[in-house]
Amino acid sequence: MIVRILGEGQWDVDASHLDALNELDDAVEKAVETEDEAAFDPSLRALLAAVREWGSLLSDDELVESNLILPPADASAHEVKEFLGDEGLIPDTV
Amino acid sequence: MSIMKRMGLIFRSKANTALDRAEDPRETLDYSYQKQLEMLQKVRRGVADVATSRKRVELQVNQLTQQSEKLQGQAQQALSAGREDLAREALTRRSGLQAQIGDMQAQHAQLQGEEEKLTLAAQRLNAKVESFRTRKETIKATYTAAEAQTKVSEAFSGISEEMGDVGLAIQRAEDKTSSMQARAGAMDELLASGALDDASGQPNDDIARELDALSSGGDVDAELARMRGELSPTSSPKAIDGTPDSGASTTEQQKQEGQT
Repeated sequence: MIVRILGEGQWDVDASHLDALNELDDAVEKAVETEDEAAFDPSLRALLAAVREWGSLLSDDELVESNLILPPADASAHEVKEFLGDEGLIPDTV
Repeated sequence: MSIMKRMGLIFRSKANTALDRAEDPRETLDYSYQKQLEMLQKVRRGVADVATSRKRVELQVNQLTQQSEKLQGQAQQALSAGREDLAREALTRRSGLQAQIGDMQAQHAQLQGEEEKLTLAAQRLNAKVESFRTRKETIKATYTAAEAQTKVSEAFSGISEEMGDVGLAIQRAEDKTSSMQARAGAMDELLASGALDDASGQPNDDIARELDALSSGGDVDAELARMRGELSPTSSPKAIDGTPDSGASTTEQQKQEGQT
């Protein structure tokens, strides 16, 4: 699967890591919902580090859509929450 | 739903609305390519803007550093002239400047970080736009309108995600640098007004004035001693004996002149 880290690029990560990524993502999600910046920073850091470690970076000229997209490394919980707020139009079931 | 999936959906929905409007999907290729080139211009302009801000802060840091070194020198001079009060004043002002310099160095580092990020974003987008151009030509040459749909949407989805990413990067860089630009503007005004020349907000450098008075007093003493030496080269011990008294009174006189 292809994972994009905004502001950094795209990684090809083996699907076998999906469960582990989801676990790390849960922590990020909780921090975003409660806008807990202290918890957000290390949890996002851990998630991004896992993607970089398990994945291989795609070359710049590859044109592929990502399966998953992650916030930039220097994002704040508040910022991500605002960004996801745009999602209002998209039903969760899509 | 997870953050990773939700962010993906947001990006994808934006790509789809762009595609839905097209009747012959091939027609949208050139239009999209134009948009990509515009975005490339925009991100390069962003890099240039951030670089300008960075250089401006760099200049200001240099100016403030020079000022701080000058105060350090003045403190040294004052101390060797036995004016601890003046030395203390110079060092107090210097520590105020040092705090400002530290703050601006942090801004500088942040601007440098933004500049690097945007530069890399421009590189990535450039490579992808080039790939898109090649694919666009292949699609137009090889496929009928009916066949083109899948190929076009494949090419689109990859590039539109990158465009969204770069657009966001530009937006974030602008947000981060706009407040710094305002502060740099205020600092430029301060520097231009000369208020920072002595960091006390006073138009004239009073520390320098007092030190000038001290050192010109010293210069006069030295000159007098030299002249005495020339007048009576054979009786130099006598001349040296006479020096302290007259020298001290000259300094006193100079100080008084300096204060009036």
